[in-house]
Order: sequence, then C-alpha cells, then structure tokens
Amino acid sequence: MKTVIIKYNAGNVQSVMYALDRIGVNYLWTDDEAEIRSADKVIFPGVGEASTAMAYLREKGLDKVIPSLKQPVLGTCVGMQLMCKHSEENDTTCMGIFDINVKRFDSSNFKVPHVGWNNIYNLKSKLTEGLKENAFMYFVHSYYAEISAYTVAECDYVQPFSAMLHKENFYAAQFHTEISGKEGQRIIENFLKV
Amino acid sequence: MLTKRIIPCLDIKDGRTVKGTNFVNLRDAGDPVELGAIYAEQGADELVFLDITATVDNRKTLIDLVRNVARNVNIPFTVGGGISSIEDVSALLNAGADKVSINSSAVRRPELINELALQFGSQCIIVAIDTRFIVTENGISEHIVHTHGGRKPTALRTLAWAKEVEERGAGEILLTSMDTDGTKAGFANELTAEISSNSSIPIIASGGAGTMEHFNEVFTVGKADAGLAASIFHFKEIDIIELKEYLREKGIPVRL
Repeated sequence: MKTVIIKYNAGNVQSVMYALDRIGVNYLWTDDEAEIRSADKVIFPGVGEASTAMAYLREKGLDKVIPSLKQPVLGTCVGMQLMCKHSEENDTTCMGIFDINVKRFDSSNFKVPHVGWNNIYNLKSKLTEGLKENAFMYFVHSYYAEISAYTVAECDYVQPFSAMLHKENFYAAQFHTEISGKEGQRIIENFLKV
Repeated sequence: MLTKRIIPCLDIKDGRTVKGTNFVNLRDAGDPVELGAIYAEQGADELVFLDITATVDNRKTLIDLVRNVARNVNIPFTVGGGISSIEDVSALLNAGADKVSINSSAVRRPELINELALQFGSQCIIVAIDTRFIVTENGISEHIVHTHGGRKPTALRTLAWAKEVEERGAGEILLTSMDTDGTKAGFANELTAEISSNSSIPIIASGGAGTMEHFNEVFTVGKADAGLAASIFHFKEIDIIELKEYLREKGIPVRL
C-alpha cells in the first residue's frame, strides 16, 4: 500500500510522520501530482493559516488535484478547513469539497483558540469504529466547520461544531489524530483500512 | 466539554531527567523518553520538557531527545529552555516537538514572540512567566516578572506582561509563581485567577502543587486551564489517574 502525505507550507508534519511510524506504515511526503495520484491513501495534514496555505496549494495546482482524487483522503486540522468552501480566516476561498463554511469561534465568553482535550460524540464514521462515544481528542484551533449533512462526529465548544466530516472518499478531522493518544491512532489505523 | 489538563514537567540536563524519580517500573529513572511514555500511558494530557542546561553543546543532545520523545509519545509535548531564535524553534519543531516555551529571551526582546507566532503560528508558542511578589523600589509590593530561574527581577509587572505576550501572539501562558514553587502549599490561585480572567488564551498554572486538593483549587479558585507539576508526579506522591478521578468527583471536567 502506498501512503502519501501531501507536502505544502502548512507547518510541522513531523508528528504525523511519527504517528505513521508507530503504526508501522511507510509513507512518502510529496507535492508531486503523479505521486499523489498513484497513492492508495492520501493524508492532508495542516497546522497554520488558511489563506497562506491556499495560496501555496494554488501555486502548486494542488487545489485542483486534491478535490479530483478518487482514493481515500484524510484531511486534519487546517487540512480539513481547506477542504470546506470558505474560511473566515482572512476571508479565504477554499477547495469546496465539503459545501460548508468555516467560521471563527465567538470569543466573547470563551477563550479562543480552543486548546486541549475535548470529547467527540454522535460518531457515525468508519474512522471512529471501535471508539466509544465521547472519546477524547486533542484540539487546537480558532476556526470551526459548522454542523452539516457531512458531519460524522461532533464536538462542543462555544457551540456544537463538526469534529469530523465525510463525503464519498473524503474524510476529515478537526482534531490532531497524531497526538490524540490511542484513540487518535485508532482513527489513523481505521483510515488506512478503508 | 473541554477538559482541564494535567501536565507533568520533566527537567532535562545533558539529555537526562535531573530530579530523581520513584517509579519502580522504570528500567532507567533518568531516561526522559521512558518516563514521558509512562506518563502518557497513565493519562497525562501533555508533557513539558525543560532543558535546564541549555548550552550550545547540549542543543544537539536536546534535539536527539526531542526526536526520540516524538517517536514514542502520542500526546502533545512542549520543549523549553534556552530558546532564543527562529532557528532554535525550527529545529525543535522539525524534530517533532508540538510546542515550544520561551521565557528570558521574550523578556529580553519581546518582538521575538511576534516573530515566532508569525512564522510558526500562535498554537505552538508558549510564553513562560516566572513571577514573584516583591517590594519594588517605590516601596509597593507587586507581582514582578523574574528571569534566571526566578532569581533576577525585571522591570515588568506580571499582569501587564501577561497581557502583552497575549497581544504579541503567544498561544498559551505558563505561569510559575516563585513564591509557591517548591512549597507544596498550593498554587498561587489569586494571581492565576486574575491573569486568567483578563486573558483570552489558556493559562497553565505551575508552582506549589502538593496535594490533589491543590489542583481542584487551581481550576476552581485559580481559573487555570491546566495544572503543571514535577516532583509530586516523579515521586508518585500523586498518581495521575487517582488525581483525575478525584477531580472528576469534584465536578472538574477531565479526560479519563
């Protein structure tokens, strides 16, 4: 099986690589279209700011490649937000795989960013098989994807929001699967088995 | 519901944990990687590794250590000690650290916080503030920021500095009270609450943990988002799982 991590300018993906090492999976870290298209599984991680990340993806043509992929794709954190239609973070048009908007948390009564371990519930994804309702995941984000028909796991901070999304071959998680303990690792393992 | 975090801190010198530990199941009590993995297994929510040597010679050792921790630990971890440039942070993040903690270098040159937040994102920049309640030159008792392990007072007032680091882009504040540190008499709850209430970023409280009740107090009275401690965990005076069960009984949201 060929697993590819998409290489772009959205921060540090070392933790993702080590998480795959712990599972015992080989991977390629690349921005090459042919390599990405020939992969069995594609991981699209992200730590960073939406508009800078989208600008880079456009420059590399990856904004067209990613939505056209047919194999299973897993986007995490900012990766997930870039798979939505629009982000309020610097008014960024994203890839639109999920036809929903990414909004900023209202900080009038809550600390923003949302940092730490929070429980996910209403689990309806193949990727959460074997996990209990209210499993804890590690989140760090100021923007959230609204609840929609694509929502397959929810989380509550300020208000309920999408912890995970799914549409056809596209999977996404707002939290950091790679540093969310055994439960996070289970999600990566489930994705690799899809 | 977002949970309150329990964070063990490991002091590192020449790539080894410094303070002795009381874990009978450790093969090597000085091995930070093994200790970190055990804490993760026991339910620690994050780890902090503080390099207390932080000399140029030791940076490479530290990078190797960070790489090993990242390979073996599946929870977030922070590295602090002697970090003063974009290059330092880049090397640590590339080795697999999730966050870095800066302290004296931010006091010396506050613009560093802006630069790091811009380069790497606020989410991975923790500013550590060591504070002590002292009588200042004008005869007033005030909370003043200290450097050099809490020995050297600066001209900065703690509350104002906490606000400034947030505005400059810090993602979290690690607040250590030098008045309570090592006393095991409880966290500096009043000061922690004051800073936490005036801040929109999470506050990690440190210094003074001696009992499980102290953690309850720092989350309720102190309004902290996370509680950090070292020796009480190393010497197993408090077991992390028991602590979390206790906190849950008290109505504090924890990850169990």
